[in-house]
Amino acid sequence: MSNVIEMKEITKIFPGVVANDKVNFSLEKGEIHVLLGENGAGKTTLMNILYGLYQPTSGEIFVNGEKSAIKSPTTAIKLGIGMVHQHFMLVQPFTIAENIVLGNEPAKAGGLRIDMKTAVDNVQKISDEFGLAVDPNIKIQDISVGMQQRVEILKALYRGAEVLILDEPTAVLTPQEIDELGDILKNLTKEGKSIILITHKLKEVMSMSDRITVIRRGVVVETLKTSDTDADSLAELMVGRKVKLTSDRTEKQAGSVILSVKNLKVKDSRKLDAIKDVSFEVKAGEILAIAGVDGNGQRELVEALNGLRKIESGEVMISGIDTTHFHTKDINEIGVGHIPEDRQKRGLVMDYTLAENMILGYHKKEPFSKNGIMNYPEVHKHGKKLIAEFDIRTPSENVLAKSLSGGNQQKVIIAREFYIDPQLLIAAQPTRGLDVGSIEFVHKRLLEQRENNKAVLLISLELDEVLGLADRIAVIYQGKIVGVLDAKDATERKLGIMMAGGQLEEGVKPS
Amino acid sequence: MAEGAIIIAVLASAIRLATPLILAALGGVFSERSGVVNIGLEGIMIIGAFSAVLFTHITGNPWLGVVAAMIFGMLTASILAVLAINLRGNQIIAGVAINLLALSLSAFLLELIWKRSGATPSVPHALTTNPKGLEFLEKIPVLGDLFSKFTPFVYIAFILVGVTYYVLFKTPLGLRIRAVGEHPRAAETVGISVYKIRWLCVLISGLLAGLAGASLSIGTISLFREGMIAGQGFIALAAMIFGKWHPVGAMFACLFFGLTSAIQILAQTIGIDWAPEFLLMIPYVATIVALVGVVGKAVAPASDGLPYEKGEK
Amino acid sequence: MKSNFEKMWDSFRLPIFAVILGFAVGAICIVIAGSNPIIAYAALFKGSLGSATSFGETLYKMTPIVFTGLSVALAFRCGLFNIGGEGQYIAGSIVSIATGWIFKDMPGIILIPMILIMGIIAGGIWGGIAGYLKARFGVHEVITTIMLNYIALHTSNYLVRTVLNPETLIPGSVREAFTVPIPEQAKLLKLNEILPQFTYSSAHVGIFIAIAAAIFIYFLLFKTTVGYEIRSVGLSPDAAEYGGISKEKNTILAMFIAGGLSGLAGAVQVTGLIYSVNQVAMMPGYGFTGISVALVGVSHPLGVLASGLLFGILDNGARQMQLAGIPKEITGIIQAVILIFIAGELIVKFISERRKKELKNSKAKEVK
Repeated sequence: MSNVIEMKEITKIFPGVVANDKVNFSLEKGEIHVLLGENGAGKTTLMNILYGLYQPTSGEIFVNGEKSAIKSPTTAIKLGIGMVHQHFMLVQPFTIAENIVLGNEPAKAGGLRIDMKTAVDNVQKISDEFGLAVDPNIKIQDISVGMQQRVEILKALYRGAEVLILDEPTAVLTPQEIDELGDILKNLTKEGKSIILITHKLKEVMSMSDRITVIRRGVVVETLKTSDTDADSLAELMVGRKVKLTSDRTEKQAGSVILSVKNLKVKDSRKLDAIKDVSFEVKAGEILAIAGVDGNGQRELVEALNGLRKIESGEVMISGIDTTHFHTKDINEIGVGHIPEDRQKRGLVMDYTLAENMILGYHKKEPFSKNGIMNYPEVHKHGKKLIAEFDIRTPSENVLAKSLSGGNQQKVIIAREFYIDPQLLIAAQPTRGLDVGSIEFVHKRLLEQRENNKAVLLISLELDEVLGLADRIAVIYQGKIVGVLDAKDATERKLGIMMAGGQLEEGVKPS
Repeated sequence: MAEGAIIIAVLASAIRLATPLILAALGGVFSERSGVVNIGLEGIMIIGAFSAVLFTHITGNPWLGVVAAMIFGMLTASILAVLAINLRGNQIIAGVAINLLALSLSAFLLELIWKRSGATPSVPHALTTNPKGLEFLEKIPVLGDLFSKFTPFVYIAFILVGVTYYVLFKTPLGLRIRAVGEHPRAAETVGISVYKIRWLCVLISGLLAGLAGASLSIGTISLFREGMIAGQGFIALAAMIFGKWHPVGAMFACLFFGLTSAIQILAQTIGIDWAPEFLLMIPYVATIVALVGVVGKAVAPASDGLPYEKGEK
Repeated sequence: MKSNFEKMWDSFRLPIFAVILGFAVGAICIVIAGSNPIIAYAALFKGSLGSATSFGETLYKMTPIVFTGLSVALAFRCGLFNIGGEGQYIAGSIVSIATGWIFKDMPGIILIPMILIMGIIAGGIWGGIAGYLKARFGVHEVITTIMLNYIALHTSNYLVRTVLNPETLIPGSVREAFTVPIPEQAKLLKLNEILPQFTYSSAHVGIFIAIAAAIFIYFLLFKTTVGYEIRSVGLSPDAAEYGGISKEKNTILAMFIAGGLSGLAGAVQVTGLIYSVNQVAMMPGYGFTGISVALVGVSHPLGVLASGLLFGILDNGARQMQLAGIPKEITGIIQAVILIFIAGELIVKFISERRKKELKNSKAKEVK
C-alpha cells in the first residue's frame, strides 16, 4: 500500500526541550495508525507539525509522495490533512453549520454574502454520507460533547480531508461512545480516508488500530502491527520499563463514616442542575471512587464538598460536623485535604515560590503567621522540610512553582495537603497528565492514606485507576449516582454500562 | 417656542450629538468583536479632530480633512494594533497610552503649527450644514426642519451602522471576525489569520474613531480646541457595551445618550430645571446598570481583551 | 541562582529602558520643535531639582501621584486594573471639603486626621463599588471605574454648584465656581514653615504622608496575611479560592484600599494645596498619571515612590522648559511613550536581548 504521509527525521526543539528527535512516521492509505506515548512524549507536537501549527527545526514531510512545506493549517487543509483537537476548536455561540464552514464559507453576491442555505445543505449532505447524524442549525453551546466531536470530524471532511488526525479523542467519551467512534472511524477508512489517532490509552489502541507507532521522550521506539502485539508489551515500550498495571492493596475493614453526603443538590455555573439528589458515604480506611465520564457533575460535586459552590439543598457531614454551608477555609480547618483536578489553575499559585505555595490555606496558622503578620523564616523552613520529605526535585524552596515539572508540581500539592494529616482527602483526577513514575507516586500516597485509616474520595475518569485503587466505586451519570459497586464485583463492562446511564441486569446488586 | 418646534429641536440636537458617538462606537464594535479592547477611542478621536482641521486648513477642502482624519485615526490605532496584537501587550495600558499621547501630541502640534495654545482658528468650508444635493429633504413638512440641521456626518454615521451590521453578520469576513473574537485558536486551525483579522478590525476602528473626531471638529464647531473630545470616546465605549457589542444596539444607545445631552443643553428652553449634572451622568449609570444585568446582561465576546499567541498550546 | 541584585535588575529593567526610550523620543520632538534637547532637559532637571525651592515644587507635584500610583499598584497586585483613580480622587476631595465645613469648629489636630480618614473612606467606597460589582456580578472593573469617574465628576460639580457653594453656606455670598474653603486650622503645614530654604514653594507635609503610605502598603502587601491573600488572588484567583481565600472578599478589599489611597490623594491635595474644589469639565488627571507611576514603579510601593519622583520632575520641569521656549506638552509625550514601551513589554525585551547578544559577540571577538 502507498504512504499518504511520510515524516522523515523530524526534529523539533523548543527553548530548552527537544520535543521530537529525528522522528520517522508514515501513514498508509486507509489505515488507522495510532501514535502512542505518555503525556509529554511529543505526540501532539509531531502532529501539530504535520498540521502546520509548528514548524519543524529540521526534517522533511512528504504528502502523497511529494515533499511539502506545511507552513500553516491552511497549507495542511489544502493538502487534505484535517485535525480534531483534544480541546475542541468550536465557537460556542455559532451554529454547527457556521462552525463547519468557517474560513471556507459558500458565498453569493460576489463573495459578499454568506450563503447559509448552501452551507446547511452541504453540511447535511456530508453528515448523511458518513452517518454522523448532526443537525446543522443547532448552536454548539447546546450539544453534547460526543456530538461536538462529530462536528469536528465533519469540519475536517467538509474541507476535503483525506487524512484525519484525532488528538486524544476518547478522553471525554463513555466506553459506549468510544465504540461508536470506533465504528465511525472504520467507516471513514472504508471510504478511503486515513486516520492518525493520538492516545496514551492502551485499550483503545488494541481495539481501534491497524498499526502503532510508540514514541517516548521525543524518540520513536518502534512501529508495529497491532495484530503482532499486546497491551503489556506496548506498556513496556511506552514507559521504557516493566509496568505494574495493578497496585498493592491489602484487605482492610473500613471504619466509621467520615464523609456523609445526603440528598445533595447543586447547580452549575449556568444555573442548571448539576448534582441531582446525590447521597453517599466514605468511611475511614477506605477509598471511594466516583467514576464517570467527564462533565457529569464531578466538578460541581467536588466544588460543593470544598465549599466553593453553593449547595442548594441536602446535607454534607464531615467527621460528624455539618459542613453544608461552610466556607472553604472552615472545611480546611476540620482536616480536609484537596488535590484539585487542575493543578496549574487550582492547585498552585504558579508565580508564587514553592515555600509560599506550601502554606496556601494554612497561611493564617501559627507558626506561619501571627496576628496577621507573616513569619517568612518559618515559611521557608517549612518549605525546605517538605521538599526533603516528599523528594521534590527543585534547586530550592525559592523557585517559582511554574518552573517545576507536572509531577513535581503535584508533589508540592500533595506535600501541602498531607501536612495537615487530613481525615478526609478529596482527590480529583490526581494523575491527569502525569508520567508513569509520578502516577505511581500518587497512587502509593493515596493507598497510604487508606492504610492510615483515613478516608479518601477519589474522582477519576480513568477506569484503570478506579479499579486499581478503590474499595467501592460509585458511578456518576448526569448528576446522579447511578449505582455503587464493591470493587471486587466491578468490571470495566459493568462500569461502562453504568457510566452511560444504563441499568445493570439482574444478579448484580448495587451495594 | 412651539411645542412641535421644541421637539424637533431636541431631536435634531440629539441626533447631531449622537453622530460622533455612533461612529466611534462602531469602531469599538469592530475592534472588540475581533477581541481587542480599545479604550484608546478617546485619543483616536482627538487625533481625528485635529487632523481634520489641520488638513482642511492646508488644502482648503474639508473632505480631504475627513480623509486625513481617517488616515491618522488608523495610524494611531496601529499603535494599539502593534502593542496588542504583535507584541501581545496589555491592551488597557496601550489604550491609556494612546489617550495620553493624543492629548499631548495634538497640543504640541497646535503650538508648533499655529503658534498658539488652546484652540485653532476656525476653518472655512467646514461641514456643519446639510450637504448640497440633500436640500430637498428640508422641504418635507415638519421633518424638514430636522434635516436642515443635519451634517453630512449624520448620514454617514447611519449608513455605516447598516454597513457594519451587514459586514459583521452577513458576510464571510464578519463570521471570521466574530470567530476570532470568540475563539481565536479555532479560527486559526481553519486557516484564518488571527493577526490579520485583528489588525484589520483595529484599523477600521481607528478609521471610524478618526471620522468621529472629524465630525466633532469640522462637523460641529469648525475648529479644534484642546479638551473638546472631553470623554466622548469613553461615552462611545459605554454605548458599545450598553448596545451589547451590536452595531444597531450601539446606535440606539448613542441616540439615547445623545438625547440626554440634548435635553441637558436645551433644558432652559424646554423649561426643565433639573440639575443638569444628573442628565450628564445618565450614560455612565445606564452602562453600569446594563452590565450588572438588570435588563438582560451584556456579555463581551469570549476572547475580548486577551492577547493571542500564534501556535500557542 | 540569581543574586538579589540581578533579580531587582530583572524587574526594573523594563521601566528603566522605557524611561530612557521615552526621553529619547521626547528629544526628537524637541528637535522638531526647533530646540536643543540638551538645553531642554537641563532646564527640566534644573527646574525641578536645582534648588530647595524647585525641589519643593517637585515634591508637591509628586505628592498626589504617589498616592494614586500606590492605588493603581495595589489593585494590580490583586489582578485588578484601577482606572478609577480620577473618580476616587474626586470623591476624596469633595468629601474632605464637606467634612471640613461640618466640623469647622474642631481644633486642627482632630480635624485634619478626620478629613484624611473621611477622604480615605469616600475614595474607598468609590473604589469598593467597582470591587463589589466585579465580585458580585463579574463586571469588568476597567469599565465600571471609567464610568464611576464620570459619575464622580458630575456629582462633584453638582455639589460644588449647590450644596457646598459659598452662596449656599455663607450668608451674603454670591454663587462661585468653587466650594467653600476648608477651615484655616485644617490646612497642612507648609515645608517652608519648617525649613525656610523652601521659600515660596508650595510643598507641604503631605509628602511625608505619601511616603508613610508607601511604606505601609509595602508592609501590608509583603509582610501580612492580608497581603499574601491579595497577591494570591491577583496571581491565581482559582488557586487562592481552593486555599480558602475568598476571591470576592479580596477583590472588594483591594478596590477599597486602592480607592482609599486615591481618596487620600484628594484629601491631602485639599488640605495641603488647593483648600477648595472647583467646578471642572475635565478629569484632574492624577488617576491616569497614577497608572504610569504604578507601571514604571513595577507595582512595588517603593518603586512607586521612585517613579512618583520622576513624574513629579517631569510635571514640574515642564514649566521650566516652557520658560526656555519648549512646548510643555513634551513631558506628556514622554510619559505616553514610556507607557507605550511598557505595554509593549516585548519590544524592550527584544532590544535588551539583542544588546546582550551583541555584547556576547563583541566579547567573543575579543577572545579571538
